[in-house]
Amino acid sequence: MTDTLEVGGGGRPKSSEEEAKRRARVLMKGNDAVAEAAIQAGCDAYFGYPITPQAELLEWMARRMPELGRVFVQAESELGAINMALGAAATGARVLVSSSSPGISLMAEAMSYMAGSGTPMVLINVMRAGPGLGGIGPSQSDYFQATKGHGHGDYRVPVLAPASIGEAMDLTVDAFELAERYRTPVMVVFDGILGQAMEPVELRFRNPARRTFDWALTGAAGRPARVIKSIDLVPEVLEKRNIALQRKYAEISRHEVRWATESMEDAEYVLVAYGTAARVARSAIEKARAKGIKAGLFRPITLWPFPSRELARVARHAHAILTVELSSGQMVEDVRLAVEGRCPVGFHGRMGGLVPTPDEVVGALKALHGKVERTREHEREEQRKRQHASAAAPAERTHRAEADAPARGHALANAPAGRRDGGER
Amino acid sequence: MTLNPNPELPARPGAPRLIYRKPDVLADRSTHYCPGCGHGIVHRLLAEVMTELDLPAHTIAVAPVGCAVFAYDYLNVDFVEAPHGRAPAVATGIRRVRPEAFVLTYQGDGDLAAIGTAEIVHAAARGERITAIFVNNGIYGMTGGQMAPTTLLGQRTTSSPTGRDPLLMGYPIRITEMLAQLPGVTYAARGSIADASQIGKLKAMIRRACMVQIEGGGFSLVEALSNCPVGWGMTPQESIEHLKGPVVEAYPLGVIVDRALAAVVTEPGPVPDPRAVPADGPAPDATAVPEA
Repeated sequence: MTDTLEVGGGGRPKSSEEEAKRRARVLMKGNDAVAEAAIQAGCDAYFGYPITPQAELLEWMARRMPELGRVFVQAESELGAINMALGAAATGARVLVSSSSPGISLMAEAMSYMAGSGTPMVLINVMRAGPGLGGIGPSQSDYFQATKGHGHGDYRVPVLAPASIGEAMDLTVDAFELAERYRTPVMVVFDGILGQAMEPVELRFRNPARRTFDWALTGAAGRPARVIKSIDLVPEVLEKRNIALQRKYAEISRHEVRWATESMEDAEYVLVAYGTAARVARSAIEKARAKGIKAGLFRPITLWPFPSRELARVARHAHAILTVELSSGQMVEDVRLAVEGRCPVGFHGRMGGLVPTPDEVVGALKALHGKVERTREHEREEQRKRQHASAAAPAERTHRAEADAPARGHALANAPAGRRDGGER
Repeated sequence: MTLNPNPELPARPGAPRLIYRKPDVLADRSTHYCPGCGHGIVHRLLAEVMTELDLPAHTIAVAPVGCAVFAYDYLNVDFVEAPHGRAPAVATGIRRVRPEAFVLTYQGDGDLAAIGTAEIVHAAARGERITAIFVNNGIYGMTGGQMAPTTLLGQRTTSSPTGRDPLLMGYPIRITEMLAQLPGVTYAARGSIADASQIGKLKAMIRRACMVQIEGGGFSLVEALSNCPVGWGMTPQESIEHLKGPVVEAYPLGVIVDRALAAVVTEPGPVPDPRAVPADGPAPDATAVPEA
């Protein structure tokens, strides 16, 4: 990560001891590095099922976990794996499960049960292209699945999206902390590129402090029996459980939003991208700046809770936003909801396991730039006409011009907020 | 049934003394089960065995989806609720991180023999040191009496209104015999709640299954043939007669395998068709329960 990177939210102080550990750098495959980070974070049990492109993670665990006297089970299916995780996590163990898109679909059922019953667990999705069996190429087409709920019912799951192998290691550890603090499953999503590629990573490991759980199933010796469940057939009681869940989600939304920005100081055009797409965007920004387009990067790190407020603030000063994804355009819906028409939002994406090239993104950015410049020029022209007309017209004409304001408001909404009150008039 | 001796025996001979009481692990409340249902009996047997073996404080149990979904309301032990059919996987997770715990699943026939076949087969194949209590009443009771994989041929249910036709709906599954083939299964037996004698034998089976786990054996399973008067459209008395007749004919009682004793006791026979003319051959020995 560059020095210009500014990370918002969730930052933690780094001790000198931690800094010393940062010196060790090795070349590691993403799946292996994440597995080792989880092990060093005190993961007690791993349950998995082979699927490309995450199989190396399972293999790393198969070798390392028994070495350390910890639990590794290759389950009969993703259903088996996630439900083993449910059982182990219900006893208070630190549990990791990993899979890839089709496998995550199978795990949706238990994710809903875990969210409903407050069972902490970390689930890694090394995303591949869909729908159906799709392909094994990199993809971000599981954004909806991850952020809008995998299974049934009113629930949310924090979703962390790293853009480098090092960050994937850090976020996996943070995911354990989030899961245990809020009693919720947490997802870490990246794609086959991060999973399969090798990158130099700093071997900085962290083992988050253990909490004492007053809910974990340990056998009811000397205390009343505990039950971990999601069922409640009395609607009033079930609604209360749901309200408590929503309170928890509101708390997570308040405290756990994370994002990063790059080259945003003078940016007029903002690329919004996460994971691998953010790395493409980063290259595209350099190229765009060489062509005179002042572009910057806004990178959501938590896909849920989405950094809506922060993005809205950025949108107030941006000429336009371009969302880049390895999908047909999923996150762009959240981007538009956050931006609320403050500036135009464009989209560029590739599907099927393809990754847009930086030149492609620059092309999309130039097209958006041209469109916005033409609109702005047209607006300025309209403005001049209106000013001219209002200066020459009698009183009732002025009145009518004001009645036109809402119609003009639409175009003005695309201009930076400072000018929305018609200050130019 | 085992008498629970009063720890404080009266000094005076002939004075009244407590010889039988509700195990503490059985919650002091009425159940949601329908009148005449066999679940209560199986709960009771489980509670007695757990108490006798001093298990409740170490137990982590897994509740199924189905009629027994509220088992945690009736048994005062730690419980986790599993998604439909997944109890053996959930129990596997518990077992692996809690080697000292007594791990139990309680499942019905829809849960274990239909939606959860993969989980039960592989938990058994891995020889997971867990005990599965499998209550087979041949029907989906909770959802209103639909056909289960264990429903008898010809049996009418709300989803086989003209009777189960093997050409369209296949044959009943003897899943306990299937599982008994696996070397990971240390103990597999089938009992019934039909009468006091069978209940006593069923309790011995449950006790043996629990002992297998305590003694470090592999997977243990007890199938309890039970009734569903409401789902079967019978009075409780009729349902017990039906259980003793065609149900036991289709699902022979006895210990199927006890590998801890190096014994394969019962070989599964053919599934009788209740619509066929009764054969003259001897009925399966319904009482072959060796001393555990």
